[in-house]
Formats: sequence, structure tokens, C-alpha cells
Amino acid sequence: MSALTVQELSITVGGRMLVDGVSFAVEPGECIAIVGESGAGKSLTASALLGLAPGRVRATELSLDGVDVRRFSESQWREVRGDRIGLVSQDALVSLDPLRRIGAEIAEPLAIHTRLSRAARRERSLELLESVAMPSPVARAAQYPHELSGGLRQRALIASALAGEPTVLVADEPTTALDATVQARILALLRDIADSGTAVVFISHDFAAVRRVADRVLVMRAGRVIEEGPVGEVLVAPSQAYTRSLIAATRHAPREDRFGLGEAVLTGIDVSKSFSGIPAVADASFTLLDGQTLGIVGESGSGKTTLARMIVGVESPDAGDLRWTGDHRVQLVHQNPLGAFDPRWTVGRSLREALAAGGVPRERRAGRVADLMAEVDLAPELSRRRPAQLSGGQRQRAAIARALAAEPDVLVLDEPVSALDPSVREKVLQLLGRLQRERQLTMIFVSHDLEVVAAVSDDVLVMQHGSIVEQGPVASVFAAPQHPFTQELLAASRA
Amino acid sequence: MSAARRVLLGAALLVLAIVAAMALFPGIIAPADPLQTDVRGALEAPSAAHWFGTDQSGRDVFSRVVHGTGRSVGIGMLATALALVAGLVIGALSGIAPRPVDAVAMRINDVLMAFPEFLVALVVVAILGPGAVNVAIAVTLAAVPVYVRLARVQTRTLVLAEHVEAARILGVSRSQAFTRHVVPGVLGTLSVLATIGIGSSILAIAGLSFLGLGPTEPVPEWGLMLSGGRNVLGTAWWIAVFPGIAITLTVVSATVVGRMLRARLEGRVA
Repeated sequence: MSALTVQELSITVGGRMLVDGVSFAVEPGECIAIVGESGAGKSLTASALLGLAPGRVRATELSLDGVDVRRFSESQWREVRGDRIGLVSQDALVSLDPLRRIGAEIAEPLAIHTRLSRAARRERSLELLESVAMPSPVARAAQYPHELSGGLRQRALIASALAGEPTVLVADEPTTALDATVQARILALLRDIADSGTAVVFISHDFAAVRRVADRVLVMRAGRVIEEGPVGEVLVAPSQAYTRSLIAATRHAPREDRFGLGEAVLTGIDVSKSFSGIPAVADASFTLLDGQTLGIVGESGSGKTTLARMIVGVESPDAGDLRWTGDHRVQLVHQNPLGAFDPRWTVGRSLREALAAGGVPRERRAGRVADLMAEVDLAPELSRRRPAQLSGGQRQRAAIARALAAEPDVLVLDEPVSALDPSVREKVLQLLGRLQRERQLTMIFVSHDLEVVAAVSDDVLVMQHGSIVEQGPVASVFAAPQHPFTQELLAASRA
Repeated sequence: MSAARRVLLGAALLVLAIVAAMALFPGIIAPADPLQTDVRGALEAPSAAHWFGTDQSGRDVFSRVVHGTGRSVGIGMLATALALVAGLVIGALSGIAPRPVDAVAMRINDVLMAFPEFLVALVVVAILGPGAVNVAIAVTLAAVPVYVRLARVQTRTLVLAEHVEAARILGVSRSQAFTRHVVPGVLGTLSVLATIGIGSSILAIAGLSFLGLGPTEPVPEWGLMLSGGRNVLGTAWWIAVFPGIAITLTVVSATVVGRMLRARLEGRVA
């Protein structure tokens, strides 16, 4: 008997059918992955498995452990949730009660679903923390969520989802917010959980993650399953063009060596910066050559954004020196384009402001806005929209257009594609490549994604705990990493 | 939005439209002279000739309610607008002021906020003396601290916002970034609070008039009419009840619309 069987699941919200005829079954000990881009309906499908989907849910079969749950009332669902089916969501900081210690959080499902005594619950929650490989579980159980790192929070969340020994564990993008090395560990943990007999439903947009944990994969697009099969088959030889394009978008050919790079534009000498006594960047030394793309990789908190901000001039170094050769216009493309635009202004107005600040006379601004929009492949009428009315990819293009308005020769990009779906990401990367050729831009590309950095950069700086631990041409650093941290990062992203 | 909320919002908007019409064209809606006394026709119950009845001096209550709208609502809106502007200026400046200045301004503001608005307004009128203008000033001063506090918080948030930093990196000067991106953003938040505040300002003005601190007889004003009808409530309920209904409906409607506007704005921002 399957742990979970879904036949012809459809979900209609506000008259629109967002999930249409999805069928699959998960056996105990199996991990099935549902992949797709944002809006494909994968999270909605997951919420229906827990009886949490909005709108109208219909299915010819929806059974958990052989029990038909289609006509369950809310109170029946409450008995099942956390007991027979557990959920691990994307953002552990939001999912865990900020005012409750980790131990109490994990003991809660035990109090609801079992008759264990208080002492036995405490015992069991420590066992659960151990089973998710939480370091020093006794000490962690006494801490609050904000005192734990992202990876440890995710472990705590998984422990609480496992507390009722569920037959099925639904993990909705559980590693999206995590750094590569942490991500690898959480994925290994999920695989262990499946191997110990739990059926795991893994929702993700990331094929690399799917490859590592799942046995079978369902590819969703616009509410329908367009392809399914064993991971080995679907990822190696996808039958659908859409799946092929999704997988292709996650693989980047490393950039060819480029010769004829110019003189040094910027030399950093022992640049350091701390915030209230905590060092963010320590003794960073590097050279930026004219016309090159310099990649900066590292995990969150490694100081890569602080270094980028010092290069733009928003922060100034406490010690050391950033020496520019000649006069340069430096522009920054922010990590989050939604926050980088005034929400009340249309994109066109923001572009005109940028042009005005760059000294373009009023009568020529409208024409320049149209040119910039065309240059980043945005339809001209989009300039009349506000940032919230654009898609993520369009917003990022608009942000790039605005940076170009100042006619920079050095462009600093802080995680410019991290928030985008793979196929959109690929197009934005192509755009950046074209802009670099056409405008002879020198670029600094900050990212936590090694594959992306490898695809766009000539040289790379690897940062850890505020220091540059390794640097050099991308091809040689990635082919023969010298520093243990670089090796770990590469292993985590390839595995 | 659920159907029930849509009906509520529709009703509130309808009431406000009627109130606006009464304030703008009182003569068309109620042709009878609100000041015309008729001692023989005093204290008449509502009838076809006098929809809301007549008061002790035989004046038409319907006409007085309609003609009083402009004064009651107008002073309330004026006071709210003044409070908004004053709050915006003080709050925004405090938000970017050096720490000691900001701290002193905020402690003074805290003290003012510690007293109920109506009490502050009473004290101000007690100092300035009664009268329509003084009531407006009093209600304005009483409402200012809330706007100051909100404006300061919003300013401090927006000054550090990414889009303001992005503008600065593009070469927009500090003062221009402040006036173009920060101040309008703060104003947006404050105006939503103001739509809710109009209701309480109207109520405060009616309250002060009721106590005899506002406009004086024979000027038609809702709070004043309420107090005029108080002594004969047992025999001629219509004198006090109709202006009371006018105050209640206006305040409730303004608050409903304001709250929905706020919910919408917060939904959009989140």
C-alpha cells in the first residue's frame, strides 16, 4: 500500500484552475520530487496534501496511509497533521514560534498527538534533535529560533515535523534560503529520512537539489504534470522540451579564457571594514582589470556584499585602500530590485530621475528612457508600470537599465539573479553578457551560486568569514581548488 | 473583500457622499432658513412640513442639521489637515535630526501622547478661550502627536530604504532624495491615518461645542444643537437625536473608509 496516493487532483481558486489533474503515489521509503518554476502549482499541490489549500479542491482519490481524506473536516485534519503527515516549509524563521524555545517547539506535536508525560516528551524531543544531527542538542533545545543559524533552524523544523513519526513528510523548498554547504547537509538528511522508511514529497525549483535526494520526479508547468519518471531518466534524457530547457538553464558552460584584458582599474590593498566591532571584511587585497568580470563568491555573512558596497562607495573601508586608476563611473545593481525602486513611482519616472542625476537635459530624457528599455529588452509600455506590477525578471532588467542610465564603466551586481527562476535567470545572464560586450563594461558579480559565477566571470574571489581565502582565474580555481573551503563549496554544489 | 465588507464600504461611501452634498449645497437640500425663528411653531414633532421637527425657538431642525454640516465637518477636516502637515514637518525633521534634538522632541511628544486627545483639546481651549477658530486650533494640537510619531518612524525607515540608497548612488543629492522619495512616502502613510483621524476630530469638535466652548448660538453646529436639545430630551427628542445621528453616521463612515484604505495600503506594501 502506498503511503500517499493522489489521483486527478484539481484546485480552483477564484474561478481559475491552478492545479489540473495531478496524480502520483509515494511509497514508504521513497522520495518524490515535484519541480517547476514559480506559479507552476507545486506549493499549492503540497498544501492540498495537508488539507490547507485555498479554494476548491477536487480529486478522484486522495488517501493517506490507505485512509480517504477527501471529506475530512478541519478537526479530522488537525489530528492527521503533524501525526501522519508532517510539513517542512521554506522559511524556518517564520515557521518556528519566535517566543518559544526549540525544545518546547518540538515537544508540542508530542503533547497533541501522544500521551507521553512531560519528562518523556523532553526525552523524545532530544532524541529527535539527535536524529536530525543537531549539534549539542541539549543546549540547542534551550535556545530560541533567532539564536540558531539558518541550517540549524531548518533541522529543528524537520525534527518537529518528524515528532509524530509521520508516514509522509512534505518538504516545500526546504533548502532554498540556505547556503550551498548547508543545503547539501539538509538534503543528505532528507535522504536519510526517506531511507529510514518515511515517504518524502520534496517540492523544489532546483534540479541540482532534486538530483541529490529524489527517486522519482514530477515536472509541473501551469498546474499540470508534463513529465514524470525516475530521476535518472528524467534528468538525463527528458522527453519534454520544457524540461530540457529547465535543466539546461541550470547548467552553465564555464566561460572561456579571455585574453587582451586591460590595465588594472581598481586595486584593493588590505581593505577592512567592521560593524560595531565585528569584522565584516578583513584585509582583502585584489585587482580588477579593465573589461573583466570579477566574481565574488561566498556564503551569507562572508563579507561579499560589504566588499561590493565599499567598491561602489556606499560604505568606506576602516583600513586599507581602494585605489582607482583614473576616473570611473561605478553603478550598483541591488540584490532585490523590488526594494530598489520607489514603490510609488513608475519605472519610467525612476529612469528619468537617474538620467537627470546623470546630467541628461530634460528634453532628451524620454528618448533615452525608450533607448534604455530597448537595450534591456523591455517593451516600452512597461515604463508606465510601477515596480510591483512587473515580474521578477522584468524588474531586474529595469534595475539594470537604471544603472546603465548613469553611463557607468564599472557595474557592480549584488546577487542579480538569485531571486529568479532558472529560465529567466539564464536570459538575464545573457543580457549581462551582451551589455558587457557592447558597452565594454567592467563587472563585479557577487553571488553565492558557483555555477553562475563560473559562467560569467574571468577571475573569482572566494570569501569566507570576511577574508579572501582564494583567488585567481575561474577555470583554474574551480578545476583545482586549493583552499579547503573552496573545495567544500564546490563539493556541495556538485555532489 | 467579502460581500458583507463590500456592502459596508458601499454604505459608508454613500453616507460620506450625502454629507459632502450637505456641506457643499446646504441651500438646495434644505431651502428653509436655519435661523428663522417661529415661536408659535416651536417644539413641533417631525412632520411633512418639518421633517426633523422644530426646536424651542421654532427653527427647522432638518435645515439646521444640513446647514451645520459644513461647519462641523469642515472644522474637523481642517483640523486633521493641519495636524497632518504639522506632524509631517516635525516628525520628518525629527527623524533626520541629530540624536539629542530627536530625543528631546520625542520625549515632549510622549508627554503629549500620554494625555487623551480630548483632554489636551480642552486644556488648549481653556487657555485660548471659546470660539470656532480656537476649537479648530485645539483639536489640531491634540491630534498632532500621533502624526509626529508615525512620521518620524516612517522617515527613519525610508531614509535607510534600498530605493533611497539606489537614488543616492545614481547621484541624486541627499536633500533631493529626501524631498522626492522620503517625504512623499511618509505623506502616503500619514494620509491614511488622517482619513481615520477625521472621524475623531469631528467628534472632538462636536464634544467641545456641546460643552459650549465652540461656535455660539444661533449658529447651527451639530455639537451645539445636541446640547441645546439636552434639556427637552424627554418631550422633544428630535432636537438632539437628529444631529446625534448625523455625528454618529459621519464619524462611523469616515472611520470605516479610513480603515479599509489602510488595510488596502498595508496589503499592497506587504
